[in-house]
Amino acid sequence: MLTKRIIPCLDVRNKVVTKGVKFQNNVDLGDPVEMAVAYSEGGCDELVFYDITASAEGRPIDIEMVREVARAVRIPFAVGGGLATLDDMYRVLLAGAEKISINSLAVHNPQLIVEGARRFGSQCIVLGMDPVRVDDDARFPSGYEITTRGFRERTGMDALEWARRAEALGVGEIVVNSVDADGTREGYELTLTGMIAGAVGIPVVASGGAGTPQHLIDVFQKAHADAAIIASMIHTGEYQIARIKEELVRAGVPTRRKW
Amino acid sequence: MIAIVDYKAGNLTSVLLAFEALGVEARITSDPATVLAADRVVFPGVGAAGDAMQHLRDLKLEQCLRDVVAKGTPFLGICLGTQIILEHSEEDAGTDCVGLVPGKVVRFRPTDPYDKIPQIGWNAVHLCRPHPLFEGIEDDSEFYFVHSYYPAPARREDVIAETDYADARFASVLGRNNLVATQFHPERSGRIGLRMLRNFTSWNGSC
Repeated sequence: MLTKRIIPCLDVRNKVVTKGVKFQNNVDLGDPVEMAVAYSEGGCDELVFYDITASAEGRPIDIEMVREVARAVRIPFAVGGGLATLDDMYRVLLAGAEKISINSLAVHNPQLIVEGARRFGSQCIVLGMDPVRVDDDARFPSGYEITTRGFRERTGMDALEWARRAEALGVGEIVVNSVDADGTREGYELTLTGMIAGAVGIPVVASGGAGTPQHLIDVFQKAHADAAIIASMIHTGEYQIARIKEELVRAGVPTRRKW
Repeated sequence: MIAIVDYKAGNLTSVLLAFEALGVEARITSDPATVLAADRVVFPGVGAAGDAMQHLRDLKLEQCLRDVVAKGTPFLGICLGTQIILEHSEEDAGTDCVGLVPGKVVRFRPTDPYDKIPQIGWNAVHLCRPHPLFEGIEDDSEFYFVHSYYPAPARREDVIAETDYADARFASVLGRNNLVATQFHPERSGRIGLRMLRNFTSWNGSC
């Protein structure tokens, strides 16, 4: 049986892993390569790296870091941040990343998805989206609007509609990163994640809000997520991945147990 | 030397890095003579079957693969590389493939809407018979998969291991004699995948 994936997220700024709440008050946590190795040995199923300042600083992603991670770990990892062109994407893949994650740039230039999927294959192209909840607004039938640029910009796009459109454009996977839940450690956004998982035929990855193993169990069992991104709960050392997996197994979630 | 065949079907960095981690000399090459002369050949690939076959023919590698396998060189197919060694793929409105193993490649047709395509992630590989590449690897270990199509070899004896997904039980490892091919990515499958690649580097091609 296909197992549910647990994916630690490493936000990288100036070659250091950092973590904030809603993109603010960031605290430095450690070296990205060392952390990647530790989580990989600890039993995570995949990794994702975001170069969180590349886009804002208008520079390409840190390729040397991607190369070092690729040398150090033998599990798949995705990379996002500052990928503005097909050549940027190609450099990241060539450095050894399995997938590229695009977010704001796909909103502003959806053609990037089409061309990326055509050139590298859909399985390489992950769409990250940062939806925020909006109540009683007819423009957003799902009740969620897409934001960009680290939650700073509203787009006027409905989250569910964007997910469907991105699938049609050729993305291989969608990461639903809830603005409301991000960094709160109070649980994933189950409503929208479940809505999107039920609406698209490609895998859906839940992101934002994980604080306890029960949150992962809920997002897998209630919202049908295929994978879940975690950050604070392991970065703080409060939980080990093996411990989270034990609880998933106990709850009957298909989980990779040997690594 | 291990030749990693480059036919413009995806990036091969992770395959190369896995052999590097094992301390084994491997080289990415599109040159048929280099492939023919190699001690072992890895035939990876991601992407679509139609383009892959076109590139393979343009680079004069199709016959080269047949020759390599015929002369007994240990040969490892991975993912798309595995699919296009069969005779035919449903992908791209039907694609004729290399035909080193009788059979075809078909698309998942899930009935459960939550069985997503592509299959992405770690799934159990159940051995149908012992094989030297699985030496030291526990049965039903999970490997990393990324695919929308799967191999359906015509002959039961060519199936080495199976995996369940989306109402299908498919051949996740197939092979005969000096040829072995995995639908999953051993180079992305952690320590267990690396163990499998290490087994490949010492395999004499018999089983």
